Amino acid sequence: MTSLATTTPATGRRLPRIDLWWLPRGLVLGLLAFIIFGPLTNLVLWTVAERWYFPHALPLEYGFSYWQRVFSPRGNAMESLANSVFVATLTVIVALALAVPAGYALARLRLPLRSLILIAFLIPQAFPNLPVYVNIARLFYGLGLNGTIPGVVLVHVTHGLVYAVWIATAAFSAVDRELEEAARSIGASALRAFRDVTLPLAAPGLMASAIFVFLESLDEFTGSFFVGAPDVNLLPLLLYTAGAGGNYQIASITALLLLVPSIAFMLVVERFLKADVLSRVGH
Amino acid sequence: MSKRLLGLILVLPALATITLLFIVPLAASVVGAFEVEGRYGLGNFDKAFALYSQDILFTVVIVSLSTAIIGLVAIAIGGYLTLGENPVAVAILRWLYRWPLFIPFIVVGQVLRTFLAKNGMMNNTLVSLGILTPLETTSFLDWRGIVIAFVWKQAPFVALLVSGAMASLDRGTIEAARNLGASRLRILIEIVVPQVATTLIVGLVLSFVTMMSVLSVPLMINAQSPTMITADIAFRLNAYRDYGVANALGLISLLITASVAWIYLRHNVRSRA
Repeated sequence: MTSLATTTPATGRRLPRIDLWWLPRGLVLGLLAFIIFGPLTNLVLWTVAERWYFPHALPLEYGFSYWQRVFSPRGNAMESLANSVFVATLTVIVALALAVPAGYALARLRLPLRSLILIAFLIPQAFPNLPVYVNIARLFYGLGLNGTIPGVVLVHVTHGLVYAVWIATAAFSAVDRELEEAARSIGASALRAFRDVTLPLAAPGLMASAIFVFLESLDEFTGSFFVGAPDVNLLPLLLYTAGAGGNYQIASITALLLLVPSIAFMLVVERFLKADVLSRVGH
Repeated sequence: MSKRLLGLILVLPALATITLLFIVPLAASVVGAFEVEGRYGLGNFDKAFALYSQDILFTVVIVSLSTAIIGLVAIAIGGYLTLGENPVAVAILRWLYRWPLFIPFIVVGQVLRTFLAKNGMMNNTLVSLGILTPLETTSFLDWRGIVIAFVWKQAPFVALLVSGAMASLDRGTIEAARNLGASRLRILIEIVVPQVATTLIVGLVLSFVTMMSVLSVPLMINAQSPTMITADIAFRLNAYRDYGVANALGLISLLITASVAWIYLRHNVRSRA
C-alpha cells in the first residue's frame, strides 16, 4: 500500500496553490467521519446525561450519578467485567491450542477434503446459534457445566474457532516453506524446525487470530445467555438487560466498557495482521 | 508416519470440538425441527411459514442488501487506499475507516439505537443544518436501522481484507494501464477487483453468515414486525418454549446460508482448477 505520490512528479514542480480536489475529498471524508464518530459521540453523551428527551439536541443536565450506580457495590458491572475478561482469556488459550496444530496441518500437509474441513470450521458462524445453544445448554445441564465458567468458555471456543483456524492457516501458509526445509536439511527435527523457524515467523498472524478470538468472546451474547446466565454475569448480558429495561445511561456505560478493549486492539492490529497473511485468509 | 495421517491427527482435536459442541447439537435441532409432539412430520414448517414467511423474506432481503452495500463500500475504500493519489487523504481514510471493526455487535446495537432514534444525533444534525425541521424527523429504527448497523460493523472488516489483498497485487499492470491513460475507476473495475475477487467473496460470505446469526442487532434496533428470523427464534423459545418451530426456523436459515457457502465452495474449486 505504498503511496502514489512518486508517480505524479508533475505536481512537485507546480507552485503551491489550493488543490480544488480537497473540496469533494473533504466532503466525503467529513461525512465518513460523521458516520463513524457521530454514533460514538452520541453514546458518550448518553453516559453522562442525567436528563435528556425529545426535542432537545443535547442533554438537559450532565452528571456522573449513573456511573456511581454502575460501579457501586450493588451494581454488578465490576463482577461482569472481571468475568468477561477471564472468560475471553481462557477462550484464547484453548482456541489457540486447538487452532495452531490444525492451521499448520491445513497450510502445510496434504489433507483429504481440505476445503470441506475449512468449511466445517465455518459452521458455527453459519447457523443462527440460538437453537444450537439451547441444545448445548441441555447437554451441559446433564454434565453439570451449565452456569459455570468452563461451560461458557467451551461455547466461546466453538464460536471463535473459525477465526482462529482460518487466520492460523493463512499465517502458516505465508511463511516461506524453504526456510523450514533449510532448517531440516541442516539436521533439525520436524518439531524443532516448527518450534524455532515456522512458529516465530507465523507469530504475528497467530497474535492476530488470538485478538479476533478474544473479541469474539467479549462480543458473544447468545451462547452466554443460554449457558451462562444467570450464574455467570458477563458484560453483554448486563448491557442487554439494561437496554431492554429502557435504561439508556446504564446500557451506554456498559457499552463504553466493552468499547475500550475493542478500540485498543483496533489501534495495534496492523502490527500483527500483515498484508501477505490477509491475502491468504480462506484460501 | 505418513503426512496425511499426521495432518489428520493435528486437525482432529479442533474438528472434534466443533463436532461435539456444534454439529451434534445442530443435528439435534435439525431432528427437532421435524418433531411434532413425539412424532415426525412437517407441522413445524407449516406453522413457521404460516406465521413467519414475511419475516423470512425480510431477512433474506435485509441481509442480501447489506451484503451488496458492504461489498461496494469495501471496494470503494480498498480502491481508494490502493489507487488514491493524495497521500494525506489516503492516510486519513486508512486511519478513519477501521474504527467500527472490532466493536461488538451488541455495542453497535446500543450505539446506533441512540444515534438513529428520533432525538438521536443524526436527526439533530440534519435539523441544525436546516435539511429537516424538528417535525419532519423520523426514527430510523426499522429495517433501515438494521441495514445501517450491519454495514457500519461489517464494511470495515471486508475493506480490511480487500485492501490487504489489493496491497499485495503486482503494481506493474496498474502502472502500465495508468500510463496508457486508463482512468482510476476503470483500473479498479477491470484490473484490481477481478484479482481480489476470491478475498472479496470470502469476506462477503463471512459477513453474510455473521449477519444471519446476529440476535442482538434485530432485538435492539427493530423488535417489531417484520423482524429477522433470529428474533423470531428467541421469541418462540422465550414466550412459548416452542422448540419445534424454533428449530424449523433455524433450519430455514441454515438452508439460506448453505446456499451462500456453496457459492464460496464452487468459486474456491474453480480457482484451484
